Amino acid sequence: MAISATLPTHRDEDFRYADLTALAPLWPVAVERIVLAAGEERALSIANLGTGAVARELEVELGDGARFDLHVLNAPQAYGRIAVRAVLGKGAQFHLGAAQLAGATQVVELVTQVTHAAPDAVSRQVVRSVAGGSGTVNYLGKVLVRPGADGTDGSQSIRAMLLDRTATANAKPELEIHADDVKCAHGCAVGELDPGALFYLAQRGLPPETAKRLMLQAFVAEALVGAADEETMLERAIAALEAML
Amino acid sequence: MLQIENLHATVADKPILKGLSLTINAGEVHAIMGPNGAGKSTLGYVLGGRPSYEATDGSVEFLGQDLLALEPHERAAAGLFLGFQYPVEIPGVSFVQFLRESANAQRKARGEDPLSGGEFLKLAREKAALLKLDMDMLKRPVNVGFSGGEKKRAEMVQMGILGPKLAVLDETDSGLDIDALRICGEGINAVMRAPDKAVLLITHYQRLLDYVKPDFVHVLAGGRIVRTGGPELALELEEHGYEAVAA
Repeated sequence: MAISATLPTHRDEDFRYADLTALAPLWPVAVERIVLAAGEERALSIANLGTGAVARELEVELGDGARFDLHVLNAPQAYGRIAVRAVLGKGAQFHLGAAQLAGATQVVELVTQVTHAAPDAVSRQVVRSVAGGSGTVNYLGKVLVRPGADGTDGSQSIRAMLLDRTATANAKPELEIHADDVKCAHGCAVGELDPGALFYLAQRGLPPETAKRLMLQAFVAEALVGAADEETMLERAIAALEAML
Repeated sequence: MLQIENLHATVADKPILKGLSLTINAGEVHAIMGPNGAGKSTLGYVLGGRPSYEATDGSVEFLGQDLLALEPHERAAAGLFLGFQYPVEIPGVSFVQFLRESANAQRKARGEDPLSGGEFLKLAREKAALLKLDMDMLKRPVNVGFSGGEKKRAEMVQMGILGPKLAVLDETDSGLDIDALRICGEGINAVMRAPDKAVLLITHYQRLLDYVKPDFVHVLAGGRIVRTGGPELALELEEHGYEAVAA
């Protein structure tokens, strides 16, 4: 899919919650193409932690039986947008784990479109976002199952945690299914840290800040499980979380 | 050790405790029994400092401190342990990780040196063995996937590791089979039966009291203690029911 030379507006579905002012100087964004041959396995970790605004457009093509593991830590100190379009061949597997953090007045977003173009492909998306201050975290994710892509197994597990009443989380998991024999699960929740769990930890002696930190670390870690460089990613996520709290 | 005077408390603005008084001295085991809705769990939560459980009148003194003025984690550091009726599941946070942090946060608050990783694991292993809980279970996320009985035993392991002065145990016996009941009862005795420690057992039934012999039994009804006696009171309740005994 080509990128239009004209800056999108909020009417463009994929840019509905985007920070267009921050996006303007980056537009048009160059598309990064990743092509996996049949049976090929590859993993990629993206850590978006800089001070400047970032927008990336990834196009991933998975050949038959290929497997792509993508892990994303989207926690810049400015606008951060990562868009991923993946097209899955027969029996291909696409795994995405993404942790997003937004504090201050930042907008951080992940936009995905996963197309099951052939039968028996598997897609897994686990997204854990944390927003504090007046920050905004977005997830717009579509799973498209083309006609004939029977045996599709797709899942989206999307959760966002709000640390302050002034923070925002937008989540829109979407399914478009044109085949019959399909298993697509999606779960989506926006919430606050469980006060019952916080009290339980406090009752054992943990100061509230430490209890909160432990729970948020665990929450974010769910998205980074299985990354090739899981430990490094987790350390960076924890550091970014610390900076935000 | 604990002195509760005329305690009134509300939950979501609804009055639950209505003038409860109770004194517990070091070395004693007290049992509070009572019908559903009497305020037993509320008492535990008010002592623990759970948000939205509000003491509106009266006082609670614990080891010379005004307990109600302390935050929940400060109450823990002061030596109060609350055993939960329904221990909370916390995905992604392991028992060993959070207990070591908890134990050391308590030690720091008391001006003691922190436990090293090795010292902590030795202590945890010892207490897990006491409660016949597989040490590997403590490496798992807090209470996640634990059976009712395992959760209660894990509560007692935590109590053993943290070494409180006063344990308030809210229906530790519920959800336990006969063997687990005995193991928990013996665990409570091993950890808490000491001249400088005390226990407040909140329970519906006599059966836990067969293992942990109380010095005093109180009947809580309508937010107040309506009768106090020795261990024989529990037997009387078991035989005649709350209505007859509390009336």
